[in-house]
Amino acid sequence: MAIDREQLLHVAHLARLELREEEIQRLEGQLNDILDAVSKVSELDLSDVPPTSHPLEVVNVLGDDEPRPCLPVEEALANAPEREGDFFRVPPGGGG
Amino acid sequence: MIDTLRLTAEEANRLLEAGEVSGAELFAAYRAAIDDRDPELHCYLHVCDEPSGDGLPIAVKDVIGTKGIPTTAGSKILDGYLPVYDSTVAERLKAQGLSILGKTNTDEFAMGSSTENSAYGPSHNPWDPTRVPGGSGGGSAAAVSGGLAPWALGSDTGGSIKQPSALCGNVGLRPTYGTVSRYGIVALASSLDQVGPVARTVRDCAFLYSIIAGRDECDSTTVELPEPVELPEGENLRGMRIGVPKELNETEGIEPGVMEAVRGAIAKLEELGAEVGECSLPQSVEYGMACYYLVMPAEASSNLARYDGVRYGHRADATERLEMYKQTREEGFGDEPKRRIMVGTYALSAGYYDAYYGQAQKVRTVIKREHDALFETFDALVSPTSPTVAFPLGARTADPIAMYLSDLLTIPSCMAGLPGLSVPCGLSEGLPVGLQLIGPQFAENTLFRIGHALERAIDFDPVPERLR
Repeated sequence: MAIDREQLLHVAHLARLELREEEIQRLEGQLNDILDAVSKVSELDLSDVPPTSHPLEVVNVLGDDEPRPCLPVEEALANAPEREGDFFRVPPGGGG
Repeated sequence: MIDTLRLTAEEANRLLEAGEVSGAELFAAYRAAIDDRDPELHCYLHVCDEPSGDGLPIAVKDVIGTKGIPTTAGSKILDGYLPVYDSTVAERLKAQGLSILGKTNTDEFAMGSSTENSAYGPSHNPWDPTRVPGGSGGGSAAAVSGGLAPWALGSDTGGSIKQPSALCGNVGLRPTYGTVSRYGIVALASSLDQVGPVARTVRDCAFLYSIIAGRDECDSTTVELPEPVELPEGENLRGMRIGVPKELNETEGIEPGVMEAVRGAIAKLEELGAEVGECSLPQSVEYGMACYYLVMPAEASSNLARYDGVRYGHRADATERLEMYKQTREEGFGDEPKRRIMVGTYALSAGYYDAYYGQAQKVRTVIKREHDALFETFDALVSPTSPTVAFPLGARTADPIAMYLSDLLTIPSCMAGLPGLSVPCGLSEGLPVGLQLIGPQFAENTLFRIGHALERAIDFDPVPERLR
């Protein structure tokens, strides 16, 4: 499977990356090399093998449903690039 | 006079308990060593001015969140970020009175094998500053090896503790997945990431592991250790069964000098009484890299979605929100995170998920089963940690896949969630060679026991020759 320029730009949009032209050109070759290498996983017939998403058999770890202290507003906002009152402020606009 | 190049944490603790030295004096000694040698080695991204406790100093990799101390993960996107809470491991260090000396250099978001992907410039190997210290935790490893910290914390996804430990002549443990809390750690790939110790001796490594390990209610993937950590004492390995997986020891690309040192160490294990036998991990090694370079970027692309310029970190100037996200990430991320975000997003995208990420997770099952089967016969497996000794700066930066191969031998056991210990086993071309010991889940005590016996038998001098 090869990735072309159009697909690359689509993936960059999904990943919210505004790539520069020279990055697009470099990435096109590199991504194809990497995808070529990782496609090796398709050589194996694993239709009967279950997936592993977690290496330990830990299931249903539940905590007590009790209120606990959390970060005060001032600390939660301490690293905010921009704030307004008790909120993070961002530029307007849809699409994301 | 404190010799920071030779002092082990264990000795330093003894001096502290005997009242022969204070925590402040120890801190000052390491600070002086940092002022002296860090301009050349660049192990630290941030150095603390004052001790925070009255115990031993320790260096902490910069992916580990530390309240009030800058934490950048080697990325410009977190330039100036000051955590408002401590990671659980940082809390546990402080609870023991340990003082954080500073934050050590790492490849950006722990993505790399040389620290050359750090947005703040690479670290240098104390054995030969024209060479890399390994990565991603090269700063922690170089700090310990260069006498700029008695011990350190690293983090390991596919080899980021073990490989730099090998290249710098340290002892490094990647613990069993789930034994050390990841709360407050900058996430790379959540089903793989583990925090672990880097030290000058196996006993120091075991002691530091005992401080950080155990269940944390802030990380639901953690479990209580089934048995307490034992500081290793014995010097014989009678009754221990050790497997030598053919593929991890005979793969193309392993340098002859590395193999010679590892064979010597295996012979020593037999002299110490261990039973050594050949075994095989055919699919783990053949498919491990491909599997890892799908699972890791997929999880990384998801984890790195949080860097959007809204709540912390860098924000680009933009008048519209979508443009702000895209410009922030374009400006803030370096080449390697962008590459992995792109691969991961592609592997998770509609129409490709089953063929890539889904298939890779099944390969992971195969890898886990292969290892599990060997542990019915063996207590531990051995191989070189890294196929090569420390390579020259710049040697692999132009070719991402060549850099990825640095972790060829550490990746399979990481995929299976298994603990791995790297111990120095000799020199090749004047540079350290690490032996990798892999055990079943929760077998850290076994690895410490083997590593300690081997350390005594080999008597490796961890101080770089040019600094002796």
